[in-house]
Amino acid sequence: MKKKFLLACTVMIVVTAFANDTTRLHSSATAKALKEDAPPITLPQGFTSVVVTSGLGKARHLVVAANGDVFVKLEKLKDGKGIIRLHDGNGDGRADEISGFGNYRGTGITIKNGYLYASSDQDVYRYKIDEKTGTVDTASEQKIVTGLVAKNQHETKSLTLDNEGNIYVNIGAPSNCCQVQDRVKGSPGQDPCPILEKAGGIWQFKADKTNQSYGEGVRYATGLRNVVGLDWNTQVNELYVMQHGRDMLYQFYPDLFSQKEGAENPSEEMFRIKKGADCGWPYCYYDVDKKEKLLNPEYGGDRKKTDRCADKTKSIVQFPGHLAPNALLFYTGNQFPDKYKNGAFIAFHGSWNRAPEPQAGFFVVFVPFKDGMPSGKWEVFADGFSGFTQGASTGKAKYRPCGLAQGPDGSLYVSDDNNGMIWKVSYGK
Amino acid sequence: MYNFFGWQLVTGNLHLAFTQHSKHMKKVIPAVFVFIFATAFAIQQQPAGLKAAIARGKTVYENACLACHQQDGSGVPNMNPPLAKTKWVLGDKKALTKIILKGLQGGEIEIDGDTFHNPMPPQESVLNDQEIADVLTYVRNSFGNKASMVTMAEVKALRAKLK
Ligand code: HEC
Repeated sequence: MKKKFLLACTVMIVVTAFANDTTRLHSSATAKALKEDAPPITLPQGFTSVVVTSGLGKARHLVVAANGDVFVKLEKLKDGKGIIRLHDGNGDGRADEISGFGNYRGTGITIKNGYLYASSDQDVYRYKIDEKTGTVDTASEQKIVTGLVAKNQHETKSLTLDNEGNIYVNIGAPSNCCQVQDRVKGSPGQDPCPILEKAGGIWQFKADKTNQSYGEGVRYATGLRNVVGLDWNTQVNELYVMQHGRDMLYQFYPDLFSQKEGAENPSEEMFRIKKGADCGWPYCYYDVDKKEKLLNPEYGGDRKKTDRCADKTKSIVQFPGHLAPNALLFYTGNQFPDKYKNGAFIAFHGSWNRAPEPQAGFFVVFVPFKDGMPSGKWEVFADGFSGFTQGASTGKAKYRPCGLAQGPDGSLYVSDDNNGMIWKVSYGK
Repeated sequence: MYNFFGWQLVTGNLHLAFTQHSKHMKKVIPAVFVFIFATAFAIQQQPAGLKAAIARGKTVYENACLACHQQDGSGVPNMNPPLAKTKWVLGDKKALTKIILKGLQGGEIEIDGDTFHNPMPPQESVLNDQEIADVLTYVRNSFGNKASMVTMAEVKALRAKLK
């Protein structure tokens, strides 16, 4: 009986899988129900949000095609699919057709010049997409980058492209601070750090060449511990990245950092990257209290010494420690008020290494920009994702912002990788 | 040791009993059982040091474990596993102690289909036998867990064996 049922199921799945270029997962009749339990994310005056869909699970980055279809990359397959397409047929902002393709897990996804790019933790793929209809030709799948370092820690690959046919991929360092024994108290930093050869930086590849690996790529920037949020700023034609700073300063160096200082240090930093930039990891960190880049204690630092950090690339915005910036987006739309134009939205995933201090940073912030440089202080844009009224453990956070995308009408989309909720944020509607 | 002698006694007396058909059998066997139970109970009943070990272990936990496994042992999704009622925390003490001494690579523990990205840092160069015994006793008796204590001698023996 059970066997027959399983067989029937398999046949059904296979038939469905072949029926279309993308497999329909379910047509969502749940839009109404969603409205009721839509979490109250808070937004500045004049902005509203709609829940596009929920329950996608580990929804990482996302991108919106010219026709308004939303593509979400999943870190855990949903019904065997790693890329989910959300189609809103009646224009109410909610997805009423949900389908999927791509049988690998991952984080990165973006669209450029008729191609949709998506990453697993080792590889980068691309597909032809008709942006007018949102139709993806899944048979056109090409693996353009392969064999990247992915060792559990900081293993996800985010993607962005420039206007000259290059794709930029972060390769996170599988380490906290390149100690001989990772995250073991008292273990010294390796000098030089061998990890930097194949990770701890941004690599540049050709967007249209198949099966490239380190040999064909260029190490575009180094000394970046882990980047999840990155974006190509088309106004000034340069790469911007958000680094996840190192952990455990208080735990390893209680003589240098109080519990509170350990929660705030080091800064999460935004870098404006020129080719060849060295941002300093693992040798350097940005000290929130001293307001400068200093030598890491694993390399002899004492919260005073600058040493070799003096000539590393400096960050252009600093945030409190451990908030985990998982997405960066320069806003180029016309829908939001003027101050948002060309400014940066950053989705923070929320902390864990602030314990026992309260966890923080489950929010989306905005930084105003002028001519590619910050022109004012950062401010919280969207909040309320965690549902915390006071500090609680990270695991208790209800939603955790992870991805950002801009719609063709200038709306901002936010994904959550805890439950797989997608919000569409609009102004004045 | 006592149990061992206990069994010796039982078999010895049984033999005696059967061959001599004496009344001793009826008295000796219950006495031996009482003795065995009493010994077992004494072991189960945790030595008076339990409370003190938990208190010491809490401090070790705060310094060496809390950052990752969190104050309430709930862990961090995708990063660090919880310590509440897991089969490693409540299970075989040797396997548990080995995790603390030697650490894990990351991705080795699976709970409800989820794995964890951080490594579990080996503590053999950081914590001494007493500290490891105490922290494990604390973990096995916190976050809703209830299990026997881990002793310094047990940690010491395992550390020597794994050398
Ligand atoms: C750097 C973060 C970190 C620190 C510090 C840390 N752990 Fe872990 N621990 C982990 C991770 C990550 C795993 C799972 C590793 C894997 O899956 O390979 C783990 C696994 C475990 C496990 C087995 C799995 C489970 O959840 O039951 C136990 C028990 C444990 N740790 C106890 C401790 C104790 C006790 C301490 C302090 C002495 C400690 N850990 C310190 C990160 C940490």
